[in-house]
Amino acid sequence: MILNPAIIALAVSAFIITLMLAYASFFGLRIIRHWDITSGSELQLRLERSTYLISVILSNVLVFQLASLFLFIFTADRMHTLFVGAMCAAGTLKVNAFGYPVLAFKAANFLLAFVWLVINSADLRASDYPYTKIKYSLLLVLAPLVALESAMLGLYVSGLSPDVITSCCGTLFSEGKQGVGSGLASFDPHASLAVFIGLVCMACALGAYAYLKGRGHVAYSVVSLAVLVSGIVAMISCISPYVYELPTHHCPFCVLQAEYGYTGYVFYLTLLIGTGSGLGAGALGMLRPAESLSTVLPAVLRGLVAWSAVMFAANAGITLYLVGSSNLVM
Amino acid sequence: MFTGHRERNILEFTLSSLLRRRGKHLALVVIYTALVFLLASVMFFAGSIREEASIVLRSSPEIILQKMIAGRQDLVPMRYAEVAEKIRGVQRVSPRLWGYYYSPATKSNYTLMVPDNFSYGDGHIVIGNGIARVMSAAKGDRISLLSPEGDPLTFIIAEVMDSRSELISSDLMLVSEGDFRELFDMPEGYVTDLALSVKNEKELSTIARKLSELLPGTRPVLRDEILRTYDAVFNWRAGLMITLLGASVFAFAIFAWDRASGLSAEERREIGILKAVGWETSDIILMKFWEGAVISLSSFLMGMVFAYLHVYFTSGALFWPVLKGWSVLYPEFRLLPHVDLYSIFTLFFLTVVPYTLITIIPSWRTATMDPDEVMRA
Amino acid sequence: MIELKDVTKVFNSGRPNEFAALRGITMSIEPLKVTAIEGPSGSGKTSLLSIVGCMSRPTSGRVWLDGREITSLPERFLTGIRRKTFGFVFQQFHLIKGITAIENVMLASYPTGESRPGIRKRALDILGMLGIREKAESKSQWLSGGEAQRVAIARALVNDPEILIADEPTAHLDTRLSEEFMQIFMRLKEDGRTIIISSHDPIVVNSGIVDSVRIIRDGVLA
Ligand SMILES: Nc1ncnc2c1ncn2[C@@H]1O[C@H](COP(=O)(O)OP(=O)(O)O)[C@@H](O)[C@H]1O
Ligand SMILES: [Mg+2]
Repeated sequence: MILNPAIIALAVSAFIITLMLAYASFFGLRIIRHWDITSGSELQLRLERSTYLISVILSNVLVFQLASLFLFIFTADRMHTLFVGAMCAAGTLKVNAFGYPVLAFKAANFLLAFVWLVINSADLRASDYPYTKIKYSLLLVLAPLVALESAMLGLYVSGLSPDVITSCCGTLFSEGKQGVGSGLASFDPHASLAVFIGLVCMACALGAYAYLKGRGHVAYSVVSLAVLVSGIVAMISCISPYVYELPTHHCPFCVLQAEYGYTGYVFYLTLLIGTGSGLGAGALGMLRPAESLSTVLPAVLRGLVAWSAVMFAANAGITLYLVGSSNLVM
Repeated sequence: MFTGHRERNILEFTLSSLLRRRGKHLALVVIYTALVFLLASVMFFAGSIREEASIVLRSSPEIILQKMIAGRQDLVPMRYAEVAEKIRGVQRVSPRLWGYYYSPATKSNYTLMVPDNFSYGDGHIVIGNGIARVMSAAKGDRISLLSPEGDPLTFIIAEVMDSRSELISSDLMLVSEGDFRELFDMPEGYVTDLALSVKNEKELSTIARKLSELLPGTRPVLRDEILRTYDAVFNWRAGLMITLLGASVFAFAIFAWDRASGLSAEERREIGILKAVGWETSDIILMKFWEGAVISLSSFLMGMVFAYLHVYFTSGALFWPVLKGWSVLYPEFRLLPHVDLYSIFTLFFLTVVPYTLITIIPSWRTATMDPDEVMRA
Repeated sequence: MIELKDVTKVFNSGRPNEFAALRGITMSIEPLKVTAIEGPSGSGKTSLLSIVGCMSRPTSGRVWLDGREITSLPERFLTGIRRKTFGFVFQQFHLIKGITAIENVMLASYPTGESRPGIRKRALDILGMLGIREKAESKSQWLSGGEAQRVAIARALVNDPEILIADEPTAHLDTRLSEEFMQIFMRLKEDGRTIIISSHDPIVVNSGIVDSVRIIRDGVLA
């Protein structure tokens, strides 16, 4: 266990967030059981009021997930000096089995909260709140996941003890070794970059189709998930060596540091927001079309798809700039 | 359509309400600021000490070779230096003589060292300005140190080192090799430890392994290990402080909760009026959000500025007893500024994030007041 | 045109202190007319007005506003309709202390998403129409009773509602101010607004401008 201000901050706020989601789930469960929009009973009025609270809590969860994701990486990076062999966040996260899962859960829960808020904002546009039950069922999925994430954070932190020999980004993500990380790093860099850019182009094309025709949102969301995955693979196998100008340095985290002008933040933010909007569009496309939303839903979907495609295009632009302006030749 | 006017109108109204009731918010802002100030002071302070230590260590040797007997450090025979020198990759081996001297008069420990070339000769001493201050001694004065047997040895102060910022040199005394051996009754042919410089960082662990093979009973200490230990210690100390301050964070959280839920009759009436004239629950929630944001940001900024001033102009006067603690000699050096995005981010998570989360439920309760409540007053 | 059918409002339902403030109210309110609701204190006037004015939802029964069923609308939507359609004048005016008269008028428009200069101009025009434009920048707590009353009316008018609701507006006014109030409402009626007033004050109920009087007692219309 390492007592460090950032770790305390992360743990305490994760704890509060988990509690609040538990509180929200309690209301969510009551809404699923007793919701009746046509009723004017005091119970229904109370339930309607609790929906405001849940929306606010979820918006906070969204922001919190994103901010804590970066603080977590930041902290892991700062702590690398405590672990022999760790040279940046990648090594610190490898100290025990929970580091990377926490990271993955943070990203996944961010995306889920994003989708939830997209469904919520569409739902609130129609006076019959057509997606209420779906929304609160999804909440009952999200809350345990966030609780699980907090538990894993606890396990990760309590399992940290300085001086454990760990790998660092040099070994974890370098070619010719075992493990997922090095598996990703050993992809052909230009092929992985090409796949990523290709998927972004596909997303833009599909996005244009969905925008104009009002169809294909589910397909778009699948592609946007593929863009996220391929973006991370491309970062590890191709973009990072170009950024660091070292063919063997495959770290996806160091790019977040000031030395590289914080370009990593722009990269990951555009990727995550693009994917979140894409998934949100997919989720709305998948839901049973609500009569009451028929006038507003097309505009909401168009906005989401356009926003997502713009994020992806911006991301691809930054990526190509980073690769193009590098002095590294591979 | 989203024009942003609603958000702006509500923000402006919130600002005017805050100003109108500034007396009421003053207590909250003062306590909030004080909390940020405390936490920020701890973090800035720990940050700059850590930075300071790592600057000092950066110029220290890559490997220090110590001899161990029964798990305790012992004197190193000079012939070990010859063995070490022959290992490939070792550039230079310098034997070091140093130790601690406890002064009963000032009840403190000084670091006594023999520098590589001491130009003043036997009978002279160079002291750090911390010592000079405590002993109220100046260049040319005489001071005497006691040998372990209690015999006094007198030195002329040849120089007082000016240590503007360095943590280490303030309690330092430099003497000649002969005086050092005489004072501590240390046999010829032995030194305190060996400092090895190594050119290629990557060979460090190989060299360390060879050293322990060739010279069993020795312990090579890598600079990275020292850095790590420092880091761990400072992180731990700061963490400990934050944990101790946890009680105050908790108290603050309860205070904030209480503040947010216990509305005065006047405030309640106002929110009732707003709801009655057409403000919706989410408008009130937005107003409460702006209110929290303004209070948080102003307290956060003020707290940080005060902490900055505290650490860099008074060198963290409030923490001297707790964070450093091992000597009475330090209070006069100026810490170098060390504030980074990371500490600010962390501080934000320690203060603003909990505050925001804590006030969600109370402001929702306020916001869901019945709009027709004022009609029944 | 507002229609109510079988409207009930129950407080604390299911608890020992359960109380039905309105029971089976069926009525319609004519547009462009002045309707007075008369009844003793505690008879359910405020509860009725708050349902008519989209401030709260009935426990059961239905309400139509211009043919649109509004009973099952959630608060979010009800508030939107209320802002556009209704203006309220309360018994004690309920101005916010410490801010100016004009700010009190403007704040009813803040959530509509209109920009401040536009709101301000409209608020000034209305204060001018009510003859207290020069009091616009006075703090509300320094206004005289008559001025405060006009500011409260201006606030009810700032979103240009079709329907004005006044809940016992004259209960705390002396005769002169009460008559002045009815004068203003007379003008608003002539401007083409629907007006609903609850009161048990003879000055209101017997004044010439009231077109129809409904009597409520123990939550039931007579
Ligand atoms: N929120 C509430 N909870 C419980 N009882 C209420 C509530 N609001 C009003 N009542 C009761 O309903 C009855 C009608 O009240 P109200 O509509 O204010 O009457 P009026 O305006 O005619 O004086 C009163 O007996 C009052 O006590
Ligand atoms: Mg009443």
